[in-house]
Amino acid sequence: MASRIGVYVCHCGTNIAGRVDSSGVARFAAGLKNVAVARDYKFMCSDPGQDLIIKDIKEMGLTRVVVASCSPRLHEKTFQKACQRGGLNPFLFQMTCIREHCSWVVADPVEATAKARNLVAAAVSRVNHHDELYSRVETVHPDVVVVGGGIAGIQAALDIAKSGHKVHLVERSPSIGGHMTQFDKTFPTLDCAACISTPKMVAVAQEPNINLMTMSEVVEVKGYVGNYSLKIKTSPRYVNQDLCTGCGLCMEKCPKSVPSEFEEGIGLRKAIHRNSPQSVPNTPVIDPATCIYLVKGKCGACQKNCPSQAIDFTQKESFLDLQAGTIVLATGFDIMDPTALSQYGFGRYPEVYTGLQFERLNNAVGPTGGKIVMKNGKPPQSVAIIHCVGSRDKKHFEYCSRVCCMYALKYDHLIKDKVGHGAQVYNFYIDMRCFGKGYEEFYRRVQEEGVAFIRGRPAEVTDQAQTPEEEGKLVVVGEDTLLGRTVRVPVDMVILCTAMKARADAGEVARVFGISQGQDGFFLEEHPKLGPVSTATDGIFLAGTCQGPKDIPDAVAHASGGAGQALSLAARGLVSISPTVSWINPDICIGCKMCIGLCAYSAIEFDERRKVSVINEAMCKGCGSCAGHCPSGAAQVRHFNEKQIFAEMEGLLGPAPPAPLPVPPPAAATATGATRAV
Amino acid sequence: MPELNVMQEAQSAPTPDAGFEPAIVAFVCNWCTYTAADLAGTARMVQSPNVRLIRMMCTGMVDPKYIIKALLDGADAVLISGCHPGDCHYINGNYKARRRVKLLAEILPRFGIDKRRLKLTWVGASEGNEFAATVNRFAAEIKDLGPIDTRRLRVR
Repeated sequence: MASRIGVYVCHCGTNIAGRVDSSGVARFAAGLKNVAVARDYKFMCSDPGQDLIIKDIKEMGLTRVVVASCSPRLHEKTFQKACQRGGLNPFLFQMTCIREHCSWVVADPVEATAKARNLVAAAVSRVNHHDELYSRVETVHPDVVVVGGGIAGIQAALDIAKSGHKVHLVERSPSIGGHMTQFDKTFPTLDCAACISTPKMVAVAQEPNINLMTMSEVVEVKGYVGNYSLKIKTSPRYVNQDLCTGCGLCMEKCPKSVPSEFEEGIGLRKAIHRNSPQSVPNTPVIDPATCIYLVKGKCGACQKNCPSQAIDFTQKESFLDLQAGTIVLATGFDIMDPTALSQYGFGRYPEVYTGLQFERLNNAVGPTGGKIVMKNGKPPQSVAIIHCVGSRDKKHFEYCSRVCCMYALKYDHLIKDKVGHGAQVYNFYIDMRCFGKGYEEFYRRVQEEGVAFIRGRPAEVTDQAQTPEEEGKLVVVGEDTLLGRTVRVPVDMVILCTAMKARADAGEVARVFGISQGQDGFFLEEHPKLGPVSTATDGIFLAGTCQGPKDIPDAVAHASGGAGQALSLAARGLVSISPTVSWINPDICIGCKMCIGLCAYSAIEFDERRKVSVINEAMCKGCGSCAGHCPSGAAQVRHFNEKQIFAEMEGLLGPAPPAPLPVPPPAAATATGATRAV
Repeated sequence: MPELNVMQEAQSAPTPDAGFEPAIVAFVCNWCTYTAADLAGTARMVQSPNVRLIRMMCTGMVDPKYIIKALLDGADAVLISGCHPGDCHYINGNYKARRRVKLLAEILPRFGIDKRRLKLTWVGASEGNEFAATVNRFAAEIKDLGPIDTRRLRVR
């Protein structure tokens, strides 16, 4: 029986119709083989648009549907569901994109319309060969894995755990809390970072539904949405967490001091160390690279002095397998090393700090006990803050890091507050971006505190004095672009607001989890606007700054979003899995086993009795490696089989299109239609 | 077959036609290049209308016979584009495509088809600008190369 196809061409307001003659394309489609009805409509994705399809399926007995509108990545599901509501199998539908790939990118309306006709002809030709397919329903493992224990990971883990689902929180470093634990105050409210983050950290430790794994990394991910199995590598801490009381005696007795990573290199730590007494867990960790016992085999001062015999030098790396239904990635960001911007003298002049170093200088448990002092112990009388170091810079990172303006304002206030109002503070900025709740108000308040704002990216920081006032100072040389003249500002201290960047190993993490990175290196979300927390891989969600620079409120909101998405899968307990997987026709298969070696998922087995290869549909992801290679043509991907692709190509390259049917008399209804008996 | 040699000569000395609008079929993977094409569209990056996309799930499922069929059916060129090496959504499908395209490109000239008519590129999901540039560059190349000879041989 010939199919009866309904073709629907969308105007998308003027997005498509502004360039493509949508009505003309519909009239053209009405003349194509097997097309029973072709209509055009203002917004096909709207309720009345979808109702058109449903009504036609029911009243005209359509057996196939084609929609020409936006990208199928946006609305394919919408229309598949509409077909389903009309009683048609959703796979008897084909969508073709005449917006992103046509009306928006072809300048000439005639050419755009011609291309749209070609694309519609291809879709009509293809849909003739579509088969009914049925999605598989699988159970979703109720547990969720959250990777990364910064504020985003903590928020996601707590949100999920509250619902009663078990969460495995995997953190690479010895304790959770992430970058937020390094901060002293938070903008714009000036709450103390520790006061708001430590209760959350403690809540994680006390939550029975959270299995906290520190010193741990995910090294392997297998499976698919609902049924992931992960391999977790746990590095040795050399301190038994069950025995340790967190008294800290070991750290007092340890003879080895090295620069602390947590203090951003401006403070020291011992070989056995922890970030702060508030760390969760507060068990110290021995750094095997600097511990004298682990390097040279003697010392053991910590072991001798530990009152609870918790030191255990025999600990080894261990591996654990976990099952989970969904995964939330909250792996955070790195701070750019400003050494690359040699003009600012970081690493050369001791009084040039990064923003994060200044946070530690400010922090009550930091190396100076929260006093803003220079290396000579005296408070700086003048400070320059250079914004956008590495950010908004084509040579480094093109994007805006989104937090620097605000934390610079916070520093302005803190310097005025701690050093005194006599201290001069100069901000070198490009634009002030104070977009959040209460941010603009905070900007105004800091302006009123007498802070100077100089618009322009400084050329350099130098110690070469030109006048007596510049002697012994760091001179920031730049241009005040508002006044149109060069400035030389001598200061005691310079703070660089360095860019937030993707983690150095983000590429490796993306590979392990099978997700993509954007051009900026951060993980790529499914859709920049409507799918900011999901990824192209079902069941893997993003939380916080691993997706892009964010401040704390945005990271927390994003994390709650990711948690919500993971939870909706976990709570439902069922997920429908696309049936578009491979199938090997046993009547054609010659048993050459070529496909078995090609399959990246080991989803093909050989049936010795029948001497044919067989697909395991639960493991097949539908990549079509087998179908692309099968010498006999037995392996085919459902919904992407040879007949369908050939037909699509024939439509795309078909003979010169027939002349469109004459314009129908204007219809009273909102939709215009052209029908033809088949 | 002497016809083959004739065709090869015709290929080696193309006569660029000013009004020639090539038809180019592009097999692009759903995860990277199709997404990049969407991005290029959203960013309104003007592209040559000669390139028409066929969405595949992965370049690894592009059977060489699809390419041959396209070229015989009147496509002046075929573009295959997927994820960058190492970024394949299906682990390594793009490597399989690379092998097949390389072999096919060696065989095509024996049938009188210039191997410049087959191109494989990697365009990642975030590279909308790269996609638009690839399309425009390839369309210009094929315009210079002139129409494919199989067009003449087509049975209408």
